[in-house]
Amino acid sequence: MDTALARAWVQAIAAAMDTHQDRLTQLDSAIGDADHGANMHRGFAAVAAALPQDDAATPGAVLARTGSLLISVVGGASGPLYGSAFRSLGTALDAAEVPGAAGPTGGTAAGPEQVAGALAAGLAGVRRLGAAAEGDKTMIDAFAPALMAFRTSAEAGADLAQAAAAAADAAEQGMRATTPMQARKGRASYLGARSVGHQDPGATSTALIFRALADTAAAAKEAP
Amino acid sequence: MKKLINEPGTVLDDALAGIAAAHPDLLAVDTVHRVITRAAAPGPGKVTLVSGGGSGHEPLHGGFVGTGMLDAACPGEVFTSPVPGQMLAAAKAVDTGAGTLFVVKNYTGDVLNFEMAAELAAEDGLLVASVLVDDDVAVRDSTWTAGRRGTGGTVFVEKIAGALAERGAPLAEVADVAGRVNAATRSFAVALTACTAPAAGKPGFALPEDEIEVGVGIHGEPGRRREKLRPAREIVADMMAAVLADRPLTAGDDVLVMVNGLGGTPLLELYVVYREVAALLAGRGVRIAGNLVGNYVTSLDMAGASISVCKVTDDLLALWRAPVHTAALRWGV
Repeated sequence: MDTALARAWVQAIAAAMDTHQDRLTQLDSAIGDADHGANMHRGFAAVAAALPQDDAATPGAVLARTGSLLISVVGGASGPLYGSAFRSLGTALDAAEVPGAAGPTGGTAAGPEQVAGALAAGLAGVRRLGAAAEGDKTMIDAFAPALMAFRTSAEAGADLAQAAAAAADAAEQGMRATTPMQARKGRASYLGARSVGHQDPGATSTALIFRALADTAAAAKEAP
Repeated sequence: MKKLINEPGTVLDDALAGIAAAHPDLLAVDTVHRVITRAAAPGPGKVTLVSGGGSGHEPLHGGFVGTGMLDAACPGEVFTSPVPGQMLAAAKAVDTGAGTLFVVKNYTGDVLNFEMAAELAAEDGLLVASVLVDDDVAVRDSTWTAGRRGTGGTVFVEKIAGALAERGAPLAEVADVAGRVNAATRSFAVALTACTAPAAGKPGFALPEDEIEVGVGIHGEPGRRREKLRPAREIVADMMAAVLADRPLTAGDDVLVMVNGLGGTPLLELYVVYREVAALLAGRGVRIAGNLVGNYVTSLDMAGASISVCKVTDDLLALWRAPVHTAALRWGV
């Protein structure tokens, strides 16, 4: 992943949040307070607007800057959680950069294994802050299987696009698996057994983020 | 759904401009940081109180900014907690050097953002303490949930801690009394209709004409269960049973009672509810030493009511009765 790819990923997330805003809000109104779509859209729209003026020179810096902006714009629980995820991810990616592995736009780039390590740091950030585990019906139920699939593919020699595609598939599977779960974190937890039967909005936005990575990495691979 | 708004994206900014225009003698609004402060800066050495949370709960919190209550409030987007930068701006705007108490309602987003704000404030050399309000007995098994929600009890906490700060007490004492009030307060709410968030444009859940949601929070989220609508007497008896099972009261106890409208219920019905609460407490020999009946912690246009009961000692009662002058609460001045 180079700086251009990191920027393209974040722009793709912003486009996905724009497209799926109503769907996320609809999912959130079933078990939460009907603001997840509006919040994610507001956050990534702000990031997309700020990035062209931003002078972040590494992929890690782009993603860390994204996290900081999310924290300062989104609010609610998603702001700190996604903000920490991207900040941790970006910081870890900067630390793992491969000098000289320059992308098409120059600068530094990270290989699939470095990206796997950074995603792991992002997930650890979310776990620490949200004190949630798999099975709690949260974004972690999409994030954790996505990371596992990404890492397994990367270790098997897949390139970034292949690993990201595997991660996106796993995230979507994890997202669908939240439907029969009973929520134990966030506002949905107050519903008790009544939260069963509804797909988690946070897991859904996480799946959108991984699908955006897969699409962006595939497009970059096809580009000359 | 019909709303008196310009467009969903500008509701908060338009409302902030409105509260500033309506109460220039009481409030000042920083529209850039979205912070509401007292019109007159707090005196030197006064511990300041800062609260905030999602919008849609008016008059909470901006309506409680003023003498004897909050020094600043930071309203987030509708039902969404404010962001750490906003909370930090609020604390800085009113800082006197004596420290700031963050009054935080127990919702995941509010807790996380206020924690981050407290870290940022400490880095900037500000003295900050926090009190977590979690008075809602509709949430019982906190092992399996995000813990009890903070609802109507917030008004008691802000009023009583605000009065102590106004007297010049140090931060540790103000934080301590806020914690005592929270520990002494229990609340329970029922909804007759769902509310409609401007950005969503339609009600959060569908409720048949003859049914109510029991144990709702203040964000339009569904409650713990659904029941048939019954006479107010029976519904109040159930609500009070839940409150008293969690925080038993005995004859001779003094309490504060708030019968709070969720935004879409007329005062006529709130008085019907208050009558039942008063009769029930009188029957147990519990004295109501102070009360509020009205819309204080709303959930947009949701019809329904919450009942909050706070057991008070003489010192808490004196602080409750101390002068307060805010847009939504005023006595003794």
